[in-house]
Amino acid sequence: MSPILEVQNLTHIYSVGTPFEHTALEDVSFSVKRGEFVGIIGHTGSGKSTLMQHLNGLLKPTAGHVILDGKDIWTDKAVTRQARFRVGLVFQYPEYQLFEETVYKDIAFGPKNMGLNADEIDRRVREAAGFVGITEEQLEMSPFDLSGGQKRRVAIAGVIAMEPEVLILDEPTAGLDPAGRGEILRNIEDYRKARNATVMMVSHSMNDVARLTDRLIVLNGSHLAMDGTPDEVFSRAEELLEMGLDIPEITQVFLNLKKAGLDVPAVYTMEQAVAALKGGIIRA
Amino acid sequence: MLKDITLGQYFPGNSVIHRLDPRTKLVLLVVYIVALFIAGGPASYGLMFLLLSTCIGISRIPVKSFVRGMKPLLFILIFTGILNLFFTQGEHILVSFWGITITFEGLVRAVYMMARILMLIAGTFLLTYTTSPIALTDGLESLLRPLKYIRVPVHELAMMMCIALRFIPTLIEETDKIMSAQKARGADFESGKLIKRVKALVPILVPLFISAFRRADELATAMECRCYHGGTGRTKMKLLRYKRRDFEAYGFGILVLAAMIVITHFGL
Repeated sequence: MSPILEVQNLTHIYSVGTPFEHTALEDVSFSVKRGEFVGIIGHTGSGKSTLMQHLNGLLKPTAGHVILDGKDIWTDKAVTRQARFRVGLVFQYPEYQLFEETVYKDIAFGPKNMGLNADEIDRRVREAAGFVGITEEQLEMSPFDLSGGQKRRVAIAGVIAMEPEVLILDEPTAGLDPAGRGEILRNIEDYRKARNATVMMVSHSMNDVARLTDRLIVLNGSHLAMDGTPDEVFSRAEELLEMGLDIPEITQVFLNLKKAGLDVPAVYTMEQAVAALKGGIIRA
Repeated sequence: MLKDITLGQYFPGNSVIHRLDPRTKLVLLVVYIVALFIAGGPASYGLMFLLLSTCIGISRIPVKSFVRGMKPLLFILIFTGILNLFFTQGEHILVSFWGITITFEGLVRAVYMMARILMLIAGTFLLTYTTSPIALTDGLESLLRPLKYIRVPVHELAMMMCIALRFIPTLIEETDKIMSAQKARGADFESGKLIKRVKALVPILVPLFISAFRRADELATAMECRCYHGGTGRTKMKLLRYKRRDFEAYGFGILVLAAMIVITHFGL
């Protein structure tokens, strides 16, 4: 199967030719398949946000290509605009971008910009609201009367309503309580399964990415440092720690057990840990 | 990008001009402007230019940044020049066409006026380039203190100015972020007729206003938590104190002003 999204030798330099010149990304290449759930990790300033904004054509690469479904998104204006709709981008704290009088109108903003007819817009708004658990009554409320978590879900629905084939989220759970976090992550997973969409998620929670993703991309100092399954990435725990990144807590626990001389496998989710323990691998 | 806009930006440095008391710099800027408006002939303009370029030299601020800052004012400059060029009456006619005459006096006046505006702006830039916004508001507050006796809330005004300056970069960054977010939802700010473009600003302005109010609210709470209650009884961590170089600068300023009066008295 050909990849849905392909990044080739992407380099981005901010403020070229001024004293503030700064390389944010250098020679980054990877490709993503349809339906894949990819986690992007890296510490602050590693180029995550810059990378994300290239994937839907908000930023133009200084060098390299972003190829969506076999076509360079910078081929011409129409293709770039199409890329904005096919690759949905949810920024950090997206609730700060709400502006309409009602939740319904706000979710409809994206589909309206796509030039869809009223019936199609209505269907999409209701479906998107369904994905994130916004009720019929809430659709008619002002978005500013909702709670923080609800606002966040409305903002995400606003992007989902464009029915993007690739959904990119920058720390969608930042600043929410545990219940709110779990709910949003479930919403995202539901959308991915229902539409066979690709999801790319930037997160600082190693527990979340370990549990949810099929694959991890690690950025460090504007370079692509690692690209592999959570298994492969978390097995290089020491390198991750050196980059100032974390590993899931349970992985740390099992690493310590191993250091203490126990014969345990490397795990990165709670389920694996339970399975490993139940399997009686540990014999003291 | 919006971020690239410079608004009288401060260039940290350690030159004599940087180290002068902000009050000295503010007062001397006023003196400089007065002197600039007294100037009437080649000698007086020459002296002012010499003074300005020496100060810029001492400050070690690259001339390039002055030129960059002038760009938005190009229109006013050209407009003033043309107005003076075409509408000054005089005896020595240089060219005359389609009922428009350009006189020698007009040409001279246009050049002087443009030089005056340029030097005026460059002088103000020198102040904002070499003085941090906080030092500037501190100096202003201190200079305006006498107005307190006629019930002008000087401290509050200075604090408001300080906060406003502090939030300009924050709000610019916020605007950038909101624009990107709405663009990601297919908003189009670059095409269409005027009305459509104005309407396209709503998705930016509403979130921007809301966030500005939220920030103001949070800041007010944070200030109250730190027991801020206005200017009464408030002490300063960095007290403004005149040093020797400040008196020297004042003396020099008076000297230049006197020289300018004398020079223009002789019509030079």
